[in-house]
Amino acid sequence: MNLTDSQLWWLIGALSVTAYLLKAVGFVIVGGRTMPAALERCLALIPASLLAALVVKDTFTVAQDVVIDARAAGLVVAVFAVWRRAPFIVVVVAAMAATALVRAFA
Amino acid sequence: MTPPNSDASAPKARGTTNNAATSADGVERKRVVNASITLGAAVGVTALSFGLAAVSAGASVWQACALSFFTFTGASQFSAMSVVGAGGSLGAAFGGAALLAVRNFVYGLALAGRVSADNDRRQLSLPRRLLAAQFVIDETTAMTTAQTDNRLAHTAFWVTALSLFVTWNLGTLIGALAGSVLDTQSLGFDAAFPAAFLAMLPAHLRTSRGRLAALTGAVVCLALTPFVPVGVAILVAVVGVLFGVRP
Repeated sequence: MNLTDSQLWWLIGALSVTAYLLKAVGFVIVGGRTMPAALERCLALIPASLLAALVVKDTFTVAQDVVIDARAAGLVVAVFAVWRRAPFIVVVVAAMAATALVRAFA
Repeated sequence: MTPPNSDASAPKARGTTNNAATSADGVERKRVVNASITLGAAVGVTALSFGLAAVSAGASVWQACALSFFTFTGASQFSAMSVVGAGGSLGAAFGGAALLAVRNFVYGLALAGRVSADNDRRQLSLPRRLLAAQFVIDETTAMTTAQTDNRLAHTAFWVTALSLFVTWNLGTLIGALAGSVLDTQSLGFDAAFPAAFLAMLPAHLRTSRGRLAALTGAVVCLALTPFVPVGVAILVAVVGVLFGVRP
């Protein structure tokens, strides 16, 4: 982590205000109106793009380097668990266990 | 705090609908309450892993808890801590998390007609709407929009909101406390982040558009990582949403 303690508090504050405003603007002010269909389709795709990018970043990168390490084993196990429709906690614990095992023996 | 459609106000609301359906309503209502509380329990377990992951990324127990209490939108919280843990800047951590929170705006639009007016179609008071806004997230939207009846939609929204808010914050606290006394690196807690994001992904891969957006996000992120500051590749990966432009 490169942030100071107070920077991290600023991040938490800024994110909380932003998240609340995003939740409240549509709900309290704009209400029931609809958006252009193309914009709605694009907004709906944000989680797909970002979550996939975050999976890749958290598995195959260290800072600016692209690497393959023990976390890749965790990802393989997690993909299998998700494919078998395992509950969230099983996916996470299985990935952590696989990563820890590879670190312990490699 | 009492949900606006608590038992005290329910008979009045029923009077305006069909009296013969009252007992069937009770059964439906119980089903909705049970489903909402079950969902809350499942989310509490997710919160445990958020608490662990946040502390392993460098946050204090109080910072993890503050995120869950005030930000209260899971994917954004995981994203912010993931970028912070990798050494990203404040701006990069904020940007990715804020983009993930944009979907709550869309949820707010969808929920406004279902929750912001009460059963007699009067507007809820402004303070109550401002409070409800904090709970406009994935799970409350799914549970609320799944109900065909307006009164059940109210029940689903408030029970899911309160059940999730309690379990999410409690789970974060327990996870963060556990994370602060354990050796997070050797136990593989950093692998909780990609696993958590992966577990959130399938719901967004049901359409070919979603799969193309995900593939693009992953490829762009990996390709840009060596050339841009930490966390910025995540922001650029959002170009995947352009698959939504064509009808």
